[in-house]
Amino acid sequence: MKAHVHITLKNGVLDPQGKAISNSLTSLGFDGVEGVRQGKFIELDLADSDAEVAKARVSKMCEKLLANTVIENYTVEISES
Amino acid sequence: MPSAAVIVFPGSNCDRDMAVAIGSALGHPPQMVWHGESALPKVDLIAIPGGFSYGDYLRSGAMAANSPIMREVVAQAGRGVPVLGICNGFQVLTECGLLPGVLMRNAGLKFICRDVNVRVERNDTIFTRNYDAGAVIRVPIAHHDGNFFTDPNTLSALEDGNRIAFRYCASDGAITDAANPNGSLSNIAGILNEAGNVIGMMPHPERLADPLLGGTDGKPMFSAIAEAIAS
Repeated sequence: MKAHVHITLKNGVLDPQGKAISNSLTSLGFDGVEGVRQGKFIELDLADSDAEVAKARVSKMCEKLLANTVIENYTVEISES
Repeated sequence: MPSAAVIVFPGSNCDRDMAVAIGSALGHPPQMVWHGESALPKVDLIAIPGGFSYGDYLRSGAMAANSPIMREVVAQAGRGVPVLGICNGFQVLTECGLLPGVLMRNAGLKFICRDVNVRVERNDTIFTRNYDAGAVIRVPIAHHDGNFFTDPNTLSALEDGNRIAFRYCASDGAITDAANPNGSLSNIAGILNEAGNVIGMMPHPERLADPLLGGTDGKPMFSAIAEAIAS
């Protein structure tokens, strides 16, 4: 099965890259962009067969390595294919 | 005879400068220890150098913090062995939990490579005791991710615990926004752990520790460490 991990900056953590992207979008003429937050997307192929077990394991991976929980939140989605 | 180890990761690029600065202060060269080693000889000082360990993949210092040798570094730090992390070394120390906070992308998004002024906030540590308290020293920075950030509670703990070793400052020592090169909270350039035996800092004292390099403001740090571990 696959795990999709989204890692995003916590609220209140400044995101200068997101701000630069927002400014670029505005200068390209895309109006109405009220905010941009940049994050990471990580896809894992897992040998697990139990979705609950897989989710717990990937959450541990996020705590230990994939995310820095001082500044980042993460979400884990497990899918069969 | 006091001994030192410099940890070398794939992508470290200040390891030799660090070895020269430490070797010059100790009178003999430190051991260079490869990141894949799982055993660290008994030493009196562990130095984690600057560079781009593991290509800064995922986050600066994140991969290095989980390399085999770091388990040993964390264990020895827990037993009171002095640990000095400079630049990427500071990032590694935050990622492995020996120091709090995180070094985020510079607020201006640019890699900054220039000399800055930093104020010595404490001179009662083994790392800084050869500086005057409040002294302003000139030290180079060279980083993309030096923007120190932490949550308000941790920042209060650092401030209240007197654990801020260096702050970016103006040439007269004033702590100003203009003197903050990278957006770091409270102009923080270097911090200590609670026990005072682990220090992390973004500026590079090893790069100005010999007259041939154009300055010696970094040298007292290495002489202080050498004296501390010799006694």
